[in-house]
Amino acid sequence: MPVGDPMLSEADAWRVLRSVPDPELPGLSVCELGIVRAVVSRDDAIEVVVTPTYSGCPAAEVIVASIREALRVAGAPTVQVTTRLAPPWTTDWIEPEGARKLLAWGIVPPGSGAADGAPQPIRFVPRPLGCPRCGSRSTTRLSAFGSTACKALWRCDDCREPFEQFKPI
Amino acid sequence: MIRSADGAIDSNPDMTPHVEYLLRIGDSVLVLGQRLSEWCGHAPVLEEDIALANIALDLIGQSRLLLTHAGTVEGQGRDEDAMAFLRPEHAFRNVTLVELPNGDFGRTVVRGFLFFALLRPLWDALLTSQDPELAAIAAKARKESAYHVQHMADWVVRLGDGTEESHARAQRALDELWPYTAEWFDAHVVDEAIASAGIGVRWSALREAWQQQVMPILTEATLVPPAPTPFRSEGLHGRHSEHMGHLLAQMQYLQRSYPGARW
Repeated sequence: MPVGDPMLSEADAWRVLRSVPDPELPGLSVCELGIVRAVVSRDDAIEVVVTPTYSGCPAAEVIVASIREALRVAGAPTVQVTTRLAPPWTTDWIEPEGARKLLAWGIVPPGSGAADGAPQPIRFVPRPLGCPRCGSRSTTRLSAFGSTACKALWRCDDCREPFEQFKPI
Repeated sequence: MIRSADGAIDSNPDMTPHVEYLLRIGDSVLVLGQRLSEWCGHAPVLEEDIALANIALDLIGQSRLLLTHAGTVEGQGRDEDAMAFLRPEHAFRNVTLVELPNGDFGRTVVRGFLFFALLRPLWDALLTSQDPELAAIAAKARKESAYHVQHMADWVVRLGDGTEESHARAQRALDELWPYTAEWFDAHVVDEAIASAGIGVRWSALREAWQQQVMPILTEATLVPPAPTPFRSEGLHGRHSEHMGHLLAQMQYLQRSYPGARW
């Protein structure tokens, strides 16, 4: 890399990260998903702190590589990506703009008041969601597990279309 | 013969209670993750195929965190792969229940339900662990376990309170699997050391919380647990069933045959 490149400021780095997509939800940036927790600019390096979504999320390694690559292209000489487990990631960290984009994609956003804190019943009948296509409340959850770890499968009983929900966690 | 050769591979047969406690949980979620992944492409319906694979993925993710941490605490330079793929059978500390074959779908969900109902109060108790990494892993994993136990509980009720055939199979699974839960709640020397150091909870203290979750679901499912027996499995002590070797042979084959292979 060229010597004497102006060091990336933290604000610059955040701007770059806003363009790094999540590999499984390409419409959303890693910032909108709430997995970038901090950016620290030091003399010779940019440190990015990320909190992974699910323990077994196969996208996690791709996300770290994409962050590294994007910042390097933007001129950061050294990029350090640190994984921070606590506090654990929650869907409450998804930005409002991210939630809006999810819905536009046909994925019902998780809503607020995620799984943490209040004790949950061991069995629960989920409240029906509004269908992202026709708006009907007559919907059925088919499974809590969908195409990725973070999504559940639903079906609209009116327009008969399947749709996904970003599970609150 | 094989056992003694394996013993030579295991560099640290005298693990500390801290490492052993981490391996109990890490090995249990790893082995159940391996078993559940056997369903991939074979589940009765597509939705369940996806669900079981997703749950397996969560479990393997949890085990990666725990085995990495166990390797760090052990301090002999073993990473998650060395822990998962290069330890011999007797170094594994998973509960015996998780290594048993899947059987039919009903047996798989009954086993999953019994085990996830243990993980939930375990993670809760570990939130206050003096080991900050373990507390962080617990805070993350408990959210995932909540979905796992709910999913299995739904199926236990659906099958138990279902047709004559599904009820009979679920009850048979419960009769066969229930005795393997007894070892979880026996007093264990590792528990004592860990509890007094504030690192973790005694598993025997989880029995009540476990029963409070399990019994209402079994009642709703019209299933009845069998009477207690003196039978004790000993997976937590590193003495495994005849199924464990077969499971490890498949899980570890690649790293044993091609050490350090990556792709």
